[in-house]
Amino acid sequence: MKTGLRSQLQRLVSRRTGRTTLDKQHDQADTGSGPLHYRPAEFTDRAPHVRDAFNFSRWMWLLTAALVPALFVGLYNTGYQVGEALRSLGTDATLLGHGSLLASIGLSAESPGVLGSAVVGLVYFVPVYLVALLIGGGWEHLFAVMRGRNRVEGVALTTLLFALSLPPTVPLWQVAVGMSFGVVLGKEVFGGTGKTFLNPALVGLVFLYFAYPDTMRNSSVWVPVAGWADGALLDRMASGGIEALEASGITWLDSFFGWTPGAFGDRSAAACVVGAVLLVSMRVVSWRILAGGVLGLAVAAVAFGSFASGLVPLADLAWYWHVTLGSFAFGLVFFATDPVTAPLTDAGRWIYGMLIGAMTVIIRAANATHSDGVMLAILLGNVSAPLIDHFVVRANVRRRARRHG
Amino acid sequence: MKNEAAKALLHPLIDDNPVTVQILGVCSALAVTKSLSTALVMCVALTSVLILASTTISIIRRHIAHNVRLIVQITIIASLVIVVDQLMMAFAYGMSKQLSVFVGLIVTNCIVLGRAETFAMNNRPGLSALDGLGNGVGYSLVLITVGTVRELAGSGTLLGVVVLPLTADGGWFVPMQLMLLPPSAFFIIGLLIWAIRSWRAEQVEVPEYRVARAEEPPGSTQQWTI
Repeated sequence: MKTGLRSQLQRLVSRRTGRTTLDKQHDQADTGSGPLHYRPAEFTDRAPHVRDAFNFSRWMWLLTAALVPALFVGLYNTGYQVGEALRSLGTDATLLGHGSLLASIGLSAESPGVLGSAVVGLVYFVPVYLVALLIGGGWEHLFAVMRGRNRVEGVALTTLLFALSLPPTVPLWQVAVGMSFGVVLGKEVFGGTGKTFLNPALVGLVFLYFAYPDTMRNSSVWVPVAGWADGALLDRMASGGIEALEASGITWLDSFFGWTPGAFGDRSAAACVVGAVLLVSMRVVSWRILAGGVLGLAVAAVAFGSFASGLVPLADLAWYWHVTLGSFAFGLVFFATDPVTAPLTDAGRWIYGMLIGAMTVIIRAANATHSDGVMLAILLGNVSAPLIDHFVVRANVRRRARRHG
Repeated sequence: MKNEAAKALLHPLIDDNPVTVQILGVCSALAVTKSLSTALVMCVALTSVLILASTTISIIRRHIAHNVRLIVQITIIASLVIVVDQLMMAFAYGMSKQLSVFVGLIVTNCIVLGRAETFAMNNRPGLSALDGLGNGVGYSLVLITVGTVRELAGSGTLLGVVVLPLTADGGWFVPMQLMLLPPSAFFIIGLLIWAIRSWRAEQVEVPEYRVARAEEPPGSTQQWTI
């Protein structure tokens, strides 16, 4: 008998080796038969094949790279705000969550120093980001398998943008719910990446903003310290007027560099400027949207200051404060410029940017319930983008018809 | 004959549902579904108006002059709605207050006029009554589903009875406050349509166009695979 006991044993052992497992996976990857493998239903199999170094994947990774300054400044600022809050509240103040973890690595959250602040920020940020990545990536993978399509790197950017815009005290299950809503109802139902009309990360954020206002826009959510309830600067001004800004003692430069309480990564206008310079120089985003946004914001702020001075609490706030406060810079650079949901014509981009800038000031100044308003303004811009494009194209057609009879 | 009646009654439930297939009556589905009780009362009100309107219009369908038929139909529907509204004010005043204008707005509900114009004008009274009942129940199914989800997720209760104890009262459930706002019904109806069309694939609309495959270039013999 050829198959003796020894060869039987050998077969049993070899079946359990890594090599056999990998061989098996390879077959499944080719045929798309395994639970984790699929073969795209649509792929280019005949000429012309476009080969370009600047493909969609690289586009998305450049955007992610441009977020790195905002990420680092944001992590440091999260820890810095925790230290500030602990010092101002005194000895009985305690951290919300992760307090024992920080104590066990011997880090004093009260005076952590520069690197320590970043570590504190990291301790709060990593769980939020991991949940967003797992849930967002999971939905992306599920729909890719179901539809026989490639997974797209865009989901990494979406999850990072989403996580950076959340307050540090956000419960993890809400991160999961918001990311699911954003990826499934903001993107996948419309056919996936490139077919959306709203930015998926923004959809998830605004969903959370309306679904769970207690944990998304309460005055106590921005710093994870029990008893801290000062609110972000715009919250304070919504109730206390411009005097609240002066009382806080925060200078314009502080707010420009991002040393104000707020979401994980959206405070620093300086970091957004660095990101914007990179993106505009690589021609990833349109400078017209950015310029239009700041212009629209400035015009609306000046108009409010001239005509509604004293009528609404924020009318007299200078335009350069509007730029640095709240998530305006972050939203304009990373959300509003999303090429899928922004207009495609150059004139349309100017109008779109100005609409977002002006709407931000209008919401901030006239509606105290939504003290920031940037996200809502960008959603309105996204919805109007096809209409703006339509009228720009029509105007061009009319102009050419007049010129050529 | 029997088949016809069964079809008039059952077809509007899922296969030709007025809300999920014809996308009619969505405004009231948004407005009154914050709690299940208001949704139920609205269902009863609309179904009774629908049955009575379809029957009445079907009875006099041969006497309605063609070019004033919409005016006649709306007059009949509006009279019935006023009767229902007055009855509700007399016997269920609190509920009538909660539903406010939305009972009166049944007049403008596209389902009622739609069934009168497309079905009752061309069919016998008995069949029209069944069609009205079927459409009313089809509308009710959607409203009850939306109302259940919204009340459960938004306030943790069903018909006012606590099902999921809220954190504010010492429980564990954090209410999703978006569900208290009317637009949330859009999401629920949308997800419902998605679910029904996954189950009944024949309801999926034909795409307006498909991207055609490129022609094989002449003389090309290369085949690429990945």
